Amino acid sequence: MSQIPKTLRYSKTHEWVRKEDDHYTVGITDHAQNMLGDLVYIELPDIESHLESGQECAVVESVKAAADIYCPLAGEVIEINEAIIDNPQLINEDPYGQGWLFRIKPFENTNIELLTAAQYTQQVASEAH
Amino acid sequence: MGKKTPLYKNHLASHAKIIDFAGWDMPLHYGSQLLEHQCVREDAGIFDVSHMAVIDIAGEGATSYLRFLLANNVDRLIPGKALYTCMLNEQGGIIDDLIVYKREESLYRLVINAGTTEKDLTWMQSCIKNFPATLTKRESVIIATQGPKTVEKITAIFPENVHEIAQLKPFHALSFQEFFVARTGYTGEDGFEWILPKEKAADFWQKLIEKKFSPCGLGARDTLRLEAGLNLYGTDMDETVTPLESNLSWTVAFEPKERNFIGRLALEEQLKTGVKQKLVGLVLEQGIPRHHHKVIVEGIGEGEVTSGSFSPTLKKGIALARVPQGEFDRCVVDIRGKKMIAAVIKPPFLKQKRG
Repeated sequence: MSQIPKTLRYSKTHEWVRKEDDHYTVGITDHAQNMLGDLVYIELPDIESHLESGQECAVVESVKAAADIYCPLAGEVIEINEAIIDNPQLINEDPYGQGWLFRIKPFENTNIELLTAAQYTQQVASEAH
Repeated sequence: MGKKTPLYKNHLASHAKIIDFAGWDMPLHYGSQLLEHQCVREDAGIFDVSHMAVIDIAGEGATSYLRFLLANNVDRLIPGKALYTCMLNEQGGIIDDLIVYKREESLYRLVINAGTTEKDLTWMQSCIKNFPATLTKRESVIIATQGPKTVEKITAIFPENVHEIAQLKPFHALSFQEFFVARTGYTGEDGFEWILPKEKAADFWQKLIEKKFSPCGLGARDTLRLEAGLNLYGTDMDETVTPLESNLSWTVAFEPKERNFIGRLALEEQLKTGVKQKLVGLVLEQGIPRHHHKVIVEGIGEGEVTSGSFSPTLKKGIALARVPQGEFDRCVVDIRGKKMIAAVIKPPFLKQKRG
């Protein structure tokens, strides 16, 4: 069973979000990395790029398939994880830690609608059937 | 639920991730596809490929039947030798690709693809009518042991037969006890493919695991075969293309001229009017090409990626692609809207170590 930490928020498209001070860190869930298998190639958004909620903003590719990453909230990208570009398997090994993708600072008045761990757990369970 | 090979429980015990492949529940990987790939390149791995079908052709008409059925010529075979070939329809389209082993003077064994088994059997039955030969599908298990340390690791399992197994040349086979073993494979590495009765499968698999062969899934099998430049049926070729358009001209035996095989006239016609497309290898410094990505050859035309993946050995994107005929060593692959430059090569992508 894949891990779904209770302290994080989730998108329907399998990204996770962690609030840190004035910004959020974004990654893909343990479930997502499990489904994709060994990751080998990552494309991240440019720093300072402005993203809308639900916008395609990154690509993670496993040996066999490419998957789009959708931005879970509107804001400006302030940092990207260079380490995963050289070593994409960090995402497989530590999806909620060293395998984070980017940090984003929400625009003012951004409405953030995300799933709780319980809701995301339910979604993953329902996809399995 | 799909069909299961006799080794299904062994796979579950090794924590396999199971996927559907042509109606079979098969292992995709046992944890890491990349480690399995590397293991076959550097050490030794085992694959359960029992979803493929084993067909024996016997009788005094067996040779003349296969001379008619297959694009390559079984006259080239002596007992104990094998041949890679396509089976064509009248239009020259590829019904399947397969390996045919000559076992005795009038006894052959064919190993065909899983996804085409029913179609192949129907076709082969319809073609055999005028020949004094019989066709029997065997309920067997096929296990591939592949990688540079294969011979070394096999030794302890067959102390009495190790010499004759180790002496087998590429594309040769022999039978001993209940085993049929051939020095063939689908990875570009040295190794063997073993055909054995279902009841013996779990025991043999377990012995191989004890000798430190790593179980490998279809994921690694796919990247290994792609690096080795080996076509995958249904992806790189099917009934809409001929061997001449699939980098497989070398498998078509036009000599002797009097041999009439199915598809011959169509291939001769295609040679006369000109083969319009070819299957080539692509190597990208950036990006990973995937099946169906568009390929653009400036000034010549467009084609399509048939198989594409990340090459674990080269650490680059590689692909087989069907492109227009012509002389060029570069092209562009459209990867989700981004134009990536690719070098055009003749497969394989890795220098062959075997043979």
